[in-house]
Amino acid sequence: MKLTISTVSGAPPIYKQLYEQVSAQILSGELEGDSALPPIRTVAKELRVSVIPVKQAWEELERAGLIYTMVGRGCFVAPLHSEELDTRRESMAFDKLMQEIQYYKQLGLTKEQLLEMVERCYE
Amino acid sequence: MELLRLEGLTKRYDGFTLDNVSFALEEGYIMGFIGRNGAGKTTTLKTMLGLVHPDGGTVQMCGMDFQKNERACRQQIGVVFGEFDHYPKKKLSAITDVYRRFYEQWDDAEYRRCLERFELDESKTVEQLSSGMRVKYSLALALSHGARLLILDEPTSGLDPISRDELMELFQSIIEDGTRSILFSTHITSDLEKCADYITYLKDGRIVCSMEHGALLESWRMVKGGGKPDADIAKLLVGCRTNKFGFDALVRSDDAEAAAAAGLEVSPANLEDIMLHLEKD
Repeated sequence: MKLTISTVSGAPPIYKQLYEQVSAQILSGELEGDSALPPIRTVAKELRVSVIPVKQAWEELERAGLIYTMVGRGCFVAPLHSEELDTRRESMAFDKLMQEIQYYKQLGLTKEQLLEMVERCYE
Repeated sequence: MELLRLEGLTKRYDGFTLDNVSFALEEGYIMGFIGRNGAGKTTTLKTMLGLVHPDGGTVQMCGMDFQKNERACRQQIGVVFGEFDHYPKKKLSAITDVYRRFYEQWDDAEYRRCLERFELDESKTVEQLSSGMRVKYSLALALSHGARLLILDEPTSGLDPISRDELMELFQSIIEDGTRSILFSTHITSDLEKCADYITYLKDGRIVCSMEHGALLESWRMVKGGGKPDADIAKLLVGCRTNKFGFDALVRSDDAEAAAAAGLEVSPANLEDIMLHLEKD
């Protein structure tokens, strides 16, 4: 598992950064189903952040069905079928895109201009 | 389990009152105790430890009433007030030899491990240690008698940035197993940015807030604007600082949208922003 935390002013809250990074690694298949996540307190110590945001991120991952907890043994990546991963990946990307689109609309970009940019970016 | 709970702690002096101070700390967490010089941080710590007699209130430590079980409580806590500067000419080994006799749970193997980990040389005298090393020696003593609650008054003042960073890292490893807690006072807010789970903020002898660190940051926003604030916006501003060209202030997060709609620049607030502006208010 790879994690980096930004604490510059204006950076998103730490729990959000953690949630996004871990969920992306689960949905991309980088973290395999049923593999163990490191203990919350270890993550906090290693990343030099306080315990509570890590706890919040893990709780949110559990609510989203991406990880599960076994009492006394810690947290594990939820085993998801590849179709399930696909749908979740799509819906996550869709949510993000929706937010971004608002911004491009404000800038006054047309759909055609935007699509052309996406084409160029993907190359 | 709660390792510490203050309820209505009160101490009256001529010209200063520690007024009805209450907060609690669960095991496994770090709490930063902040406030400007003279706000009453040291008085709070001294009063809860019975070093000065409280005029009111109760203190629970490790599940016991401190006033009734002071001896038992003291076995389970480690207290560091300022720099370790008693017996400057004595070797650490000699001081430890006296200190250990006061503690039933003294663990010599743990003490040796701490010396090694903190790179402390027992044959040195106190005056030969740097400020950072003196704090570490105090911590070694506390950890070796099995303290679950560490109470430190301004442990980082007088330390250079690297020693401060090392100390914060050490704090985090002390609480890693979830059985110990640390309460430390400081006015250096950057010490807390990384490691504090909870913040308790004292102003003029009263608690402004005692809450989770992230939630405190989320409850305020910084706003900036040019010129003078309009009357209806001025009502929302807390601790407004004005200059010839513009102003900056805090707003409650609930008011952030209204401030943005009025054309102010809204950004997240850090602990220092919050303290600076609340002190101005």
